[in-house]
Amino acid sequence: MQDIFIILRDNWALLLVGQYPNGPLGGLAITLLLSILGLVFAFPLGVILALARVSPIRWLRVPAMTVIYVVRGVPLIMFIFWTYFFLPALTGQTVSGFTTMVVTLVIYQAAYLAEVVRAGIEGLPHGQTEASRALGLSYMQTTLKVVLPQALYNMVPAMVSQFVSTIKETSLGYVISVNELTFAANQVNNTLLTQPFQVFIILAGIYFLLCFSLTQLARYLEQRIAGKRTGLQTLSRRMQPVE
Amino acid sequence: MNAKLDFSILMRPDYLKMVLEGVVTMFELTLLAWILAMVVGTVLAVVRMTNSRIAQGCVATYVEYHQNVPMLVQIFLWYFGVATLLPATWQHWLNANHSEFVFAFIAVGLAMAAYMSEDLRGGIRSIPKSQIEAARALGLSYLKASRLVVLPQAIRIAMPTLVSHTVLLFKNTSLAMTIGVAELTYATREIESQSFRTVEVYLMATALYLSISLLIMTIGAMIERQLRIQAR
Repeated sequence: MQDIFIILRDNWALLLVGQYPNGPLGGLAITLLLSILGLVFAFPLGVILALARVSPIRWLRVPAMTVIYVVRGVPLIMFIFWTYFFLPALTGQTVSGFTTMVVTLVIYQAAYLAEVVRAGIEGLPHGQTEASRALGLSYMQTTLKVVLPQALYNMVPAMVSQFVSTIKETSLGYVISVNELTFAANQVNNTLLTQPFQVFIILAGIYFLLCFSLTQLARYLEQRIAGKRTGLQTLSRRMQPVE
Repeated sequence: MNAKLDFSILMRPDYLKMVLEGVVTMFELTLLAWILAMVVGTVLAVVRMTNSRIAQGCVATYVEYHQNVPMLVQIFLWYFGVATLLPATWQHWLNANHSEFVFAFIAVGLAMAAYMSEDLRGGIRSIPKSQIEAARALGLSYLKASRLVVLPQAIRIAMPTLVSHTVLLFKNTSLAMTIGVAELTYATREIESQSFRTVEVYLMATALYLSISLLIMTIGAMIERQLRIQAR
């Protein structure tokens, strides 16, 4: 147990921010940066994919479905290698591991987010669409002003869970030597050599603290939103005329 | 990038052998880890249904740990960490018998057990208590009521998530390459670095992964259809 504290005392800076400020930023900071960037850029793409997926137009629906199935059926590590080899070929420039990882995460998360958003859209009662169409709103207006705002609000907890998945996925940056938390822990392990169990327990502990608190946040939000919705329901029931 | 795709490179005997061995290792790893995950997952789900607060807390901790720590880190912890804590004779035996495969199988299996147990628990919880009470009233023992009444229905409800987590387990076996298990991703990288036919090699591996994932989903859907209660 004491070993763990000694390792933490000696290496906390490396695990937290890498070589910064004397070198490049790394460690937990890069892990968080990767996950935030990955999710932020994946979000609009995921919404577009989801809209295409539920669209009545066939040539939008089929490609979206194909993309989603391909991404969900292939391991993330494969996508990392694809990006790693082909992003430089496509852009004609050398691409850093960090960029490679962000691009991969964006594609990968977009497909998963698309399914989350789709569940949100399909979870809304049909009456919503029908009512807004009856009021004379076009399909696009209905989608943008009625369906999406409600679907996205209901999906906030699922998005937080998705953020947790993204954090866990950034650990794969290790295979292309991105300077993130898992990579930093391996550096610590390589300098110490004698205490691999303690080092990796620390690593697991850091991920656990981060992801577990976010998971709890997702659960809390879920209850709050569910509570709000049932609250609204009882309210509307109360407002119904008594027969 | 190569202008023309030439898949004949993959037909070279030595490359073909690597791919086939990689696929076999991948299947072995998937199957063994799946069995471990299902067995441990069922035990965890059953333990969590008991009334003991302590047992419930232990299972909850197990599940939270395995769901909130990246699979890669869990694999590293087993392979680099736990391995060093074992008695010397065990370590020798493991090193002589592909310790990387053993630890990858344990890490993936135990982690996925957390997901499987949650799926099963969700299924069991969706069966109303009155079912058990009715079965008990008909004279079935608790175990018989669980086995004949609750579990068949619970499995039916848990099927979709069990299938998607089986696909996840299958995809996660690719992480075993990081500790040197010669499965498909590992073989792919080897061939790529020897032949430089990047596009062909990665297309092949991606296609293989995709078709097996789709196969698992299809089999899952078939079993679901089999299990569905026919409307009379």
